[in-house]
Amino acid sequence: MTGQGIGARLLRKEDERYMRGRGQYVGDIRLPGMQEVAFLRSPLAHARIKAIHIPDRIRDRVFIAADLDGVAAIRADTALPGFKSSVQPVLATDKVRYVGETVAMCIAPTRAEAEDLAAEIDVEFDALPALHDMLAARNAGAALVHEHWGDNLFLPTSTDVDFEAVKAKAAFSVTRELRTARQAMCPLEGRGVIAEWNSRLEQLVVTSSTQQPHIVRSGLAECLAIDEGSIRVVAPDVGGGFGYKGILLPEEVALAWATRKLGVPLRWLEDRRENLIAGADCREHHYILTAYADRDGRLLGLDCEATVDSGAYSAYPFSACLEAGQIGSILPGLYDFPHYRCRTYSVATNKPPILPYRGVARTGVCFALEVTLDALAREVGIEPNALRFNSLVQPEQMPFDNIAKRHFDSGNYPDALRQAVEAIGFDKVRDRQTQGEADGRRIGIGFSMYAEQAGHGTSVYAAWGIPFVPGYEQCQARFTPDGGLELRIGAHSHGQGLETTLSQVAHSILGVPHERIKVVHGDTAETPYSTGTWGSRCMIMSGGAVATACEELGERVLAIGAKLLQARREDVRIEGADVVSPSGKVAVAEVARTWYRRPQDLPPDVNPGGLELTAGYKAKRDTGTFSYAAHAAVVAVEPDTGEVEILDYVVVEDGGVLVNPMIVDGQIIGGCAQGIGTALYEEMPYDAQGQPLASTLSDYMLPGPTEVPEIRILHTETPSPYTRFGQKGIGEGGAIAPPAAITNAINDALKDIGAELVVSPISPRRIAEAIARAKPKAAAA
Amino acid sequence: MKPAPFAYERPATLSEAVRILADVPGAKVLAGGQTLGPMLNLRLAQPEMIVDIGRIPELAEVTETAGAISIGATVTHAAIEDGRVSDPAGGFLRRVAKGIAYRAVRTRGTIGGSLAHADPAADWLSALTALGAEVVLSGSHGSRTVVLAEFARGAMQADIAADEIVVAVRVPKFSRASRFAYHKICRKTGEFAEAIGVAVDDPERGVRRLVAGATEGRPIVLNLERDLISLSVAALEEALSASGYVADAYVLKLHAVALHRACQEASAL
Repeated sequence: MTGQGIGARLLRKEDERYMRGRGQYVGDIRLPGMQEVAFLRSPLAHARIKAIHIPDRIRDRVFIAADLDGVAAIRADTALPGFKSSVQPVLATDKVRYVGETVAMCIAPTRAEAEDLAAEIDVEFDALPALHDMLAARNAGAALVHEHWGDNLFLPTSTDVDFEAVKAKAAFSVTRELRTARQAMCPLEGRGVIAEWNSRLEQLVVTSSTQQPHIVRSGLAECLAIDEGSIRVVAPDVGGGFGYKGILLPEEVALAWATRKLGVPLRWLEDRRENLIAGADCREHHYILTAYADRDGRLLGLDCEATVDSGAYSAYPFSACLEAGQIGSILPGLYDFPHYRCRTYSVATNKPPILPYRGVARTGVCFALEVTLDALAREVGIEPNALRFNSLVQPEQMPFDNIAKRHFDSGNYPDALRQAVEAIGFDKVRDRQTQGEADGRRIGIGFSMYAEQAGHGTSVYAAWGIPFVPGYEQCQARFTPDGGLELRIGAHSHGQGLETTLSQVAHSILGVPHERIKVVHGDTAETPYSTGTWGSRCMIMSGGAVATACEELGERVLAIGAKLLQARREDVRIEGADVVSPSGKVAVAEVARTWYRRPQDLPPDVNPGGLELTAGYKAKRDTGTFSYAAHAAVVAVEPDTGEVEILDYVVVEDGGVLVNPMIVDGQIIGGCAQGIGTALYEEMPYDAQGQPLASTLSDYMLPGPTEVPEIRILHTETPSPYTRFGQKGIGEGGAIAPPAAITNAINDALKDIGAELVVSPISPRRIAEAIARAKPKAAAA
Repeated sequence: MKPAPFAYERPATLSEAVRILADVPGAKVLAGGQTLGPMLNLRLAQPEMIVDIGRIPELAEVTETAGAISIGATVTHAAIEDGRVSDPAGGFLRRVAKGIAYRAVRTRGTIGGSLAHADPAADWLSALTALGAEVVLSGSHGSRTVVLAEFARGAMQADIAADEIVVAVRVPKFSRASRFAYHKICRKTGEFAEAIGVAVDDPERGVRRLVAGATEGRPIVLNLERDLISLSVAALEEALSASGYVADAYVLKLHAVALHRACQEASAL
C-alpha cells in the first residue's frame, strides 16, 4: 500500500474547503427571488390560543395553522407497549406547549422585515400552569401537556433481573440522587432550510442543514402527502450535527408547504436565540441509584429509578423515549454483576423536545453510575478503582452478554483502566495530596469508564419500532472515464471526515490514489437511501458498504485487466494502482478508459453493468460494536470559590481498528470538549413559568479553547469480530466519560471535607454550597 | 434576531452629534457597538435613530497634561491593550484592557461606550473608579466633568442626559512607587466577571483604594487604613458588608476573594 489506506494518518481532504472558508452552508446559498422567513414563536410555555390577530395589510405574508391546508402534524411513535403518542403541529393549533413553539410563519424579502411582520401579530393566550420540572410532572394532579393522556408519561419501562436477592447478599450499599442539567446543543452552524419548487422536474427541493437527508424526505412526504419521488432533499456542508440535526423540523415542513403555495424559494436560518430557546434540547436526567457490593468490594447489583425530561413532543424520527429506554440497557456499564433492577420514565413537560445528543443517554448514565460507584468504594473503604477492577468484565469472557442483554463484541476493559492509572501517574497524585497545596486548593483524581454501542442496526431498532429501522447500507461506486473513482453514500459527513476515511477504505481495496477518489454525499437525488449519520455508525456501515462495492468493482476491473494483459483471470490481482499479471501490468485507470472509450478492447463476456454498481453491507451481527475507554482526570478545587482547574486529562481508548488515527484523535478531543461542557458549564435552566433562562451565549456557557486542557490520548486496537476491518464506531465516546471522571476527581478532592457533588454541571456555586453543607456535618461528627 | 428599523446618522463633529441627540428624542449613541449591537439584534433596544460617533476625530484623541491623561471616548480596548495610548498607571490600563472579553470585542469596543453603558460587570468601570478617573461629558447645555465613582448611579444607569455624549475619560497620573492589581473571577475566559477586585496603592499621592466590582450596583469603593497584605478574606467580607453591600454567602465570599487576590497581587509587586 502507499500509505493512503486504512490506518494512515492522512490530513482531511475536506479541510481544503473548510479551512479556507469555501464550504457552502445553507446560509451561503441565495436563490433568485428568494424570500426570508421568520417564525412568530410562543412567548409562553403552556397556554391555549384564544385568537390570533393579523393586520389585513400583512395577511398575505403571514401563515398560521388554519392556512396550512393538507399538512399533517408530525408524529414519531414507537411500537413499545404503553407508549403514548404526541401530535406536533407544524404551526400551533389550539395550544402551545413550550416557549419557542412555532405559531406563525412570516415571509418578507429580508429576515429583518420578516421579523417586523412577526412583531405586528397579536396572539391572545389563556395561560395554563407550566410543567417545568419532570418530577413534578409525574405527580398526580399535575397539569397535562397532552390532556387526553390522563398523565404526563410518554413511556415507562422496567427491567428486573433477580433483583430482590441482592439485599440479603450485599455487605455494603449506597444510594445517591443524581441529576444532570438540561442542555442546549450548539453546533457552530444552527439549523437552516431552503425550500423551492422546481417546476421543470415537478419536484420539491429542500436544502437543509440535516444529518439525515433521506429521513427528512420521508418525513416531508408523510406530512405533505407528496410522493417521495417528487421530493429531493439536499444537505450541503453542515456545520456540525451531534444529534441536533437528526430531527424533522416543523420549520422544514412549513417552508416546504409555503414554497409550493407562493411559487418562490424560501429560506429560514435559525439564529442563536432560536437555537437556545426553541431548538431541541438534550441530557436532562434524574436518577435515584442504589449500588450494592459484597464484603470484598465487588459490585453485586444496581437498582435505579430514572426520569428523563422528554419535552413536549416526540421528536421525529428518534421518538421521546430513546433516551430513557437506553438507560435500562446501558446502566450496567462495563461491569459483570448478578442483580439488577431499572425503572425509567419518559416524562412530557413544557419544554422543547429532547434529542439524542452525542453519547445519547450514555453521558448521563456514565455520570450516575461511575459517581455512585466511587461513593460505594468509599463506603467499602477501598480505592474506587479497586472496586472497578473487581467488577469489570474480563477479557476472557469476551464476547460477553451482560445483564441487560447487551452483547460486548471484544475488548480488554481492565487493561484500559490499568493504562489510565499508569498514564495519569496515580501514585504521584496520591502522594501530592498528602502534602497539600501552597495555594490552599485541593487536588483530586477521578476515573470513569464506558462502552459505546455503535452501528447497531435492525434487530435493535426493530424492537423500538420508531419511524425508521436501519437495515443494509449501500454505496454506489463507479469509475469515471479518466480513471477516477466516485463513491456515493446516503449518510452525511459534517465534521466526521468521511470524505477522507471512506476514500482510505477504497484506496485499500482498489489502489486508486486518494486524490482521485471523490465521496459524494448529502443529496437524495445522488445517493442511495440511508438512515443517515447518527449512532457512530458511518465507519462501520458506510465503510463496510464502500469496501463491498469496491471489491465487486475490483472483480470487474480484474476481468477487463486480464483481457488487456492477455492473462487468465485467476492470475491477475490489484497491486497499488495497477492490475498485475505474472508477465506485466496495466493501470486501473487504463482499465476504466477501456470500459468507457474503447469497448472494442473489452472481453466478450464482460459484465455489461460496467464499472458502476451499488453494493450493500450489514455487519455480521447487528447488535453493534462496543468501543470503550477509561478516562482519568486530575483537578484542583478552590474551596472558597468553587473554582475548578483541570490539571491533567488522560483518555485510554479502544476503537477497534482505526481507519485514520488522526481523525479519531480529533473526534476524542472534540468529544471531550463537549463532555467538559456537560461537566462544568452547560445548563439550560427554566423558571417556574417554564421560561428558558439562557437565551444567549452569554448566559448559556460553552467551554472555549482555554477551558479545554490538553487531552492525552492512548490507543489500543482490539478488532471487532463482526465488522469489515474490525473497526468500531468512535464518534461519541469523548463526550461520554468527562462529566463522571471530572466529578469523581472533584469528589476525591473534597472527600476529607465530606462534600460530594451529584448534580451537573458542577458549577462553582454548587461546589461551594456542597462544602458549606458538609462543614456543619463534619463539625458535628 | 435582526434589529427593528431605525434611522442612521454619522455626524463628523461632536457639536453636530449633540445637536442630533437634542433634536431627535429616542436617538441612541453608537460607538463600538459591542453592547448596543446585540441589544438591537435582540430588539431589546428599538431606538428611532442611531447616531454613530465612530468618525468624530475629537472623540478619538488622547491628550496629556501634567497631572492626567485624557483618553477619548472612542479609543478602543485594543488600542490600549497594544500600548498605543500612554498609560498613566504604569501599564495597569494595558493589563486591564488585555483581559476584556475577546480580541474581536476589544478591536471594536470603546472605553467611552463601556463607561456610558455602566454595566457593573464591565472592566473599565471598576478599574477606572479605583484610579479616581473622571468622565468628561458634552451636551447641548455645555460640558461637565463627573468623578467616575459618582457617574455610575447603579446597574446600567449612568449620570448622562439624553443629549449628552461621553467625550473622554481623564485618568490621573500615578507615581512610580504605585502598585495596582486587578483580579476578576469569571466562569470562563472572556466572559463577564462574577466578581472584580481592584487594589490601588500610591504611597506618594496617599491613595490606597480597593474597589469591588461586578456587584448588582455601582462599584463599591473601600478606603482602608490597613496595609493591603494584612487584609484577610473574612476582613474583606466584613468591610463589604459594612459598606452596605448585601448578597448571599457565596456571592459575598466571591467578592471578598477577588479583593483578597487583588490585595495579594498588589503586595507582591
